[in-house]
Amino acid sequence: MKPIKKILDKLKPNFEKGGKLEKFYPAFNAFETFLFVPGETTSPKGTHIRDAIDLKRTMILVVISLIPCLLFGMWNVGYQHHLALGLSEATLIDNFVYGAIKVMPLVIVSYGAGLTVEFIFAIIKKHTINEGFLVSGMLIPLVMPVDVPLWMVAVSTIFAVIIGKEVFGGTGMNILNPALTARAFLFFAYPTKISGNEVWINTSTEKGQAIVDGYSGATPLGDAAAGLADRIPSLMESFIGAIPGSIGETSTIACLIGAAILLYTGIGSWRIMLSVFIGGFLMAIIFNLFGLNTLMQITPLHHLVLGGFAFGAIFMATDPVSAAQTNTGKYIYGFLIGMFAILFRVFNPAYPEGMMLAILFMNVMAPLIDHYVVAANINRRLKRAK
Amino acid sequence: MAKYIKIKRGLNINLSGEAVKEVIELPNAEVFAIKPTDFNSLTPKLLVKTGDEVQAGTPLFYNKNNEAIKFCSPVSGEVIDIIRGDKRKILEIKILADKEIKYFSYTKSDPNALNREEIKEALLNGGVWPFIRQRPFGTIANPVDLPKSIFISAFESSPLAPDNIFILKGNEALFQIGLDALKKLTEGEIHLNINAETEPNNVFTNAKGVVLNRISGPHPAGNVGVQIHHIDPINKGEIVWYINPQDVVIIGKLFAEGKFDVSRIIAVTGSQITHPQHYKTILGSSVKNILADAGMAEGDNRIISGNVFSGYTIPLDGFIGFYDSQITVIPEGHEAEFMGWMAPGFNKYSMSRAFFSWLTPNKKHQLNSNLHGEERPFVVTGEYEKVFPMDIYPVQLLKSILIEDIEMMEKLGIYEVVEEDFALCEFVCTSKIKSQEIIRHGLEIIQKEFG
Repeated sequence: MKPIKKILDKLKPNFEKGGKLEKFYPAFNAFETFLFVPGETTSPKGTHIRDAIDLKRTMILVVISLIPCLLFGMWNVGYQHHLALGLSEATLIDNFVYGAIKVMPLVIVSYGAGLTVEFIFAIIKKHTINEGFLVSGMLIPLVMPVDVPLWMVAVSTIFAVIIGKEVFGGTGMNILNPALTARAFLFFAYPTKISGNEVWINTSTEKGQAIVDGYSGATPLGDAAAGLADRIPSLMESFIGAIPGSIGETSTIACLIGAAILLYTGIGSWRIMLSVFIGGFLMAIIFNLFGLNTLMQITPLHHLVLGGFAFGAIFMATDPVSAAQTNTGKYIYGFLIGMFAILFRVFNPAYPEGMMLAILFMNVMAPLIDHYVVAANINRRLKRAK
Repeated sequence: MAKYIKIKRGLNINLSGEAVKEVIELPNAEVFAIKPTDFNSLTPKLLVKTGDEVQAGTPLFYNKNNEAIKFCSPVSGEVIDIIRGDKRKILEIKILADKEIKYFSYTKSDPNALNREEIKEALLNGGVWPFIRQRPFGTIANPVDLPKSIFISAFESSPLAPDNIFILKGNEALFQIGLDALKKLTEGEIHLNINAETEPNNVFTNAKGVVLNRISGPHPAGNVGVQIHHIDPINKGEIVWYINPQDVVIIGKLFAEGKFDVSRIIAVTGSQITHPQHYKTILGSSVKNILADAGMAEGDNRIISGNVFSGYTIPLDGFIGFYDSQITVIPEGHEAEFMGWMAPGFNKYSMSRAFFSWLTPNKKHQLNSNLHGEERPFVVTGEYEKVFPMDIYPVQLLKSILIEDIEMMEKLGIYEVVEEDFALCEFVCTSKIKSQEIIRHGLEIIQKEFG
């Protein structure tokens, strides 16, 4: 690897102060540090050794934990497509390849658009490029329906990076989860492309025209909201995830593999994950007691494996920047996300998936929760003095 | 009331290069130095100039803001150099030592027969007062104050730390005399905190006139700040004094033998040391001969006076810090690593399991001074809390310092911490934030505000 390092060292003076390309230093720095962990050492006074972990490692581990969801999502896109067209002889490979062709452009557009904005901001604001988008760029396509137009992905990603993150000062400063900001933007700006019965399954053929008109591609939650109890897949089917929905969210198994990676490595917060599930479970029990409509009758466990609940609990609610920061606060924050997600699901007929709004709402509330947790600590200290 | 405290949050890092329990006695080093920079917020005023002859115990300088506090020469000899830095700040006062140390003689006395004022005077005149420090701020204790208690952490839990039971063996009597003297300085208790996991009978368990608390758990269980927090926490306006066990013996010697004998046993440790072992030396000694004897690996090394968490870098011809009884030598980490953040990392140490080194939990690690990443804003949460065993919100406290909100710092508990309490936070930080520097900055802001 010495030759690469030599080339970089040779190019470096151009980007440093006084160099021709000084303005582009953040871009060069991002590229250089991507290839090489810098040989920078600790200060002469202070902790002399450091843990090997850095933000790049943290983020790449989250991306790795998303891979099961991505792979399953690709297969499921193909599977749902062939199922809708009645091509039951499609093999695993067929499904996967078809899905990959549909999904990869979304991933590429999301990364492309997001990173471009990040680079531009880094150059304007003269700060280094943050790793946060590595994860957001993967999350955004996974929470999109497969048939969403690419330009919309680009627009919503740009919106999320600018309004969701950069205006607050970049990674670490944002209030809302950037990936969900992208989805919420799309949801309110172009509702027809992200809800209803048309977008979840790709039914087009090569000529671009849907050949199976009228095939209902509604998500299970959409069906439930419409009162079609018999169309809801069984607990096991929803757990495995071969059902319509956003690309990455359908399979609870894939989400749980991701959760296992996050928890074992110590990257994800078990406090948040656990309390989201408990909150959702309890809320579903409460609704079961009333059982007034189809959504209220779904059993608690079933609620947790339908829609984006598991995906949101594991990958979205745990975003450390937008979540509550205190350990006590995390329990409260997660619990309320779980409760609100089921509440929104049941009481919002226009949009049966409540997870996104529940998390965004609690993102806004998280600083308030932390405020009271910290205030309690302050009071303890004051009481001790007396 | 003696307490048993179980520390649950913290981290023990298994570093290679632990000192074997053997004490080597070398001829005294040629040059010694006292560094005013070892003392937080001290403005020194010199009493000697280059060329002056001094004895062990002759004052070299005093504290400008508190003239009673004097700092004495550890050996007899000649002042050969006074090193100054920016704005003529005094960095080092170097003394060329005599072959045979001549001690300034003080009157011997029995601390039990003296009252508080007499003890204080003896400690101040004898030059041993600077060994007594205070919380908050981690500065030298102010003789005017009446501390609510005095803390002695009998053990260190930091990586490769010397074992005080081994070091103080045979000094029980002097240790007790030192305790007797300290006892007069407070109306509260002397808390002697021992490691709950070591042998039940040792130098410390027979100490009289103290409250013997037992502490168990990982580092930072041995940090005096953590112990104070759990045993007798500091509220605004309160003061606790603390002192290292080896320095209690030095006080004992002053009373029993009437001399300023600041000899110390230090541990020479770290992965770069060929023969990690203990050395009998004198405070402020040059480390050159010691390192030559212990053997140091070739290459780019970092020599630290103290431990890897709270020590500071010294050059090869540098001197041991005033409060330190350990030298650690680790490799520098100047090498950039290709795709280091993507590599499986079988040999990388991390508290998390983000690298495959979790497969070998018992391995002894050779860690270098590399940052392993770039500085970032706070992103990951809950990380500091895993290694910070106090009922304080570390990140919130750091943020209140960053925005210089004094009221909030007080509310969040800044009086209970000094920088070393945040050393582990700094170690585990994903964002590579320099917590220790921030905490010291916060303490300085408060000291400035309240004079």
